[in-house]
Amino acid sequence: MKSGSNLERVIASGQPAVTAELGPPMSADPHEVQKKAQILKGHCDAANITDCQTAVVRISSIAAAVLALREGLEPVMQMTCRDRNRIAIQADLLGGAALGLKNCLCIAGDHQKFGAAGKLKGHPGAKNVYDVDTTQLVGILKKMRDEGMQEGGDKLEVAPKFFIGASWTPMGDPIDFRPINLMKKVNAGADFIQTQGIYDIEAFRSQMEKIRNMGLHERTAILGGIIVPKSGMMLKYMNASVAGVSVPKFLIDRMNKAKSDAGDDKKKAKELQEAEGIKIAVELIHQVLETPGVKGVHIQAIEWETAMPEIVKAAGLYPRPQIPEA
Amino acid sequence: MIVGSQKSIEEIWDMVKDFKKVLVFGCNTCVAICHAGGGKEAEIIASMIRMKATQEGKEMEVKHAGIERHCEPEFFEPAMEEVKTYDLVLSTACGVGVNFLSDLVGGEMPVYPGINTSFYGGVPKAGVFTELCAGCGNCILHLTGGICPVARCSKSLMNGPCGGTNKGKCEVSQDVDCAWYLIVERMKKLGTLEKLSHIEPPRNWSSGWYGGPRRVVVEHIADLEEQEKKEA
Repeated sequence: MKSGSNLERVIASGQPAVTAELGPPMSADPHEVQKKAQILKGHCDAANITDCQTAVVRISSIAAAVLALREGLEPVMQMTCRDRNRIAIQADLLGGAALGLKNCLCIAGDHQKFGAAGKLKGHPGAKNVYDVDTTQLVGILKKMRDEGMQEGGDKLEVAPKFFIGASWTPMGDPIDFRPINLMKKVNAGADFIQTQGIYDIEAFRSQMEKIRNMGLHERTAILGGIIVPKSGMMLKYMNASVAGVSVPKFLIDRMNKAKSDAGDDKKKAKELQEAEGIKIAVELIHQVLETPGVKGVHIQAIEWETAMPEIVKAAGLYPRPQIPEA
Repeated sequence: MIVGSQKSIEEIWDMVKDFKKVLVFGCNTCVAICHAGGGKEAEIIASMIRMKATQEGKEMEVKHAGIERHCEPEFFEPAMEEVKTYDLVLSTACGVGVNFLSDLVGGEMPVYPGINTSFYGGVPKAGVFTELCAGCGNCILHLTGGICPVARCSKSLMNGPCGGTNKGKCEVSQDVDCAWYLIVERMKKLGTLEKLSHIEPPRNWSSGWYGGPRRVVVEHIADLEEQEKKEA
């Protein structure tokens, strides 16, 4: 075992892994993290604790990950390249490991100007860092873990034992480069990969075929991304605006039908769309898991963590396996 | 070239309003090409200051001048005597020029910036200037099809695009091309896409500004200069 994390043990067992996502609040109050952790606990093998996603200040990933851990939920701390140079990154990795964190997902991080595109103000005038990129960050984690060495070459007395993750956008532009992109992250040392949300199963399967031909599915555990749709509008927005996400028209139509079935009843329209969204998510989970080379799913019920238990149960992925530590 | 853009007249007025004799001093190289701070722009800025002074009832003598370059001492020589007769030089050269002249006059008078210096760029079409180089001191353009990821990728990523590429554009803005999209397309055309399979290790940024202010010494030229001075 590289890290001995629950996620690593489940993946090693050969059973499909389930990761979830927990977004920390814009608040110094730990209760929301604790509450979300209690909902997710037992319904996933580990949960990503996002690191100031969309460049909006929230409880830091490391602190929220420790809060989740105390609730009995295994966290995947996230580390963006946006906010820290290699000195701060490595210091935080040592700190995270010292606090008991065992999984780390390396990501570039949304650009700080990106946050300004939404409803929140964010900090578009902030200075970013991007000292290293995701592939380089993966390599730094691996060097720390396997060689007990910092990026600069100094020795570590005790190495941080992280199960190393990276993200992958299989259907992003430029699409012919995406398999090479994944290969670089795997060559750098990514133990697991969480993909961008998948709605277009055919396109995903075509990319996975290339990945299998490259043998990458045997060198890393690919967890297919599922973003639980909440409304037809959300699907339409994601199709039009979210990078690397295309949503087939029939899925948008299904959600729109759920809405129109409710007539003028807004409450009912919300309920019907949410129910249809969960149904779609469960179908996508099955289709993703049936794709050869896929080792699990990364389910994102964004600001809707309460939907997770129902989704995991309906997908036949409950209860989660209990694999004792070796 | 160095690309700059003019400061607003309000900001300029705020800088100059308390001086009696002001020279608006243009540079006729880079910043003239981008219509920000050449001799012609210096003339326009000077007349705007004069109008503002009249409006505000301030008595002020405002002149303009221009020289070919503000980054080498010999270009200043014919103008320096006159320059020193002013209370303030509002330089419309790039930031290099402002610093250079400021060092040259050594505190005898203030030198203020009339423009904002933006970046090293090119002119893809008339009136449009785009950033193409970050002056990082460690060029890798041979590895990326002649397109710089340090300057042109919003995250200066070295190993390929992030997940934010959307229809060839950057997540920062629909007006910004994704540099990695361009790099991949260019390398495909060049038949060198496989070069991008290699992992670029963490960069040594110390060749750039992050290593502290930089200086380049071409020794044989510096020695020759020294020699000539001695002989004279």
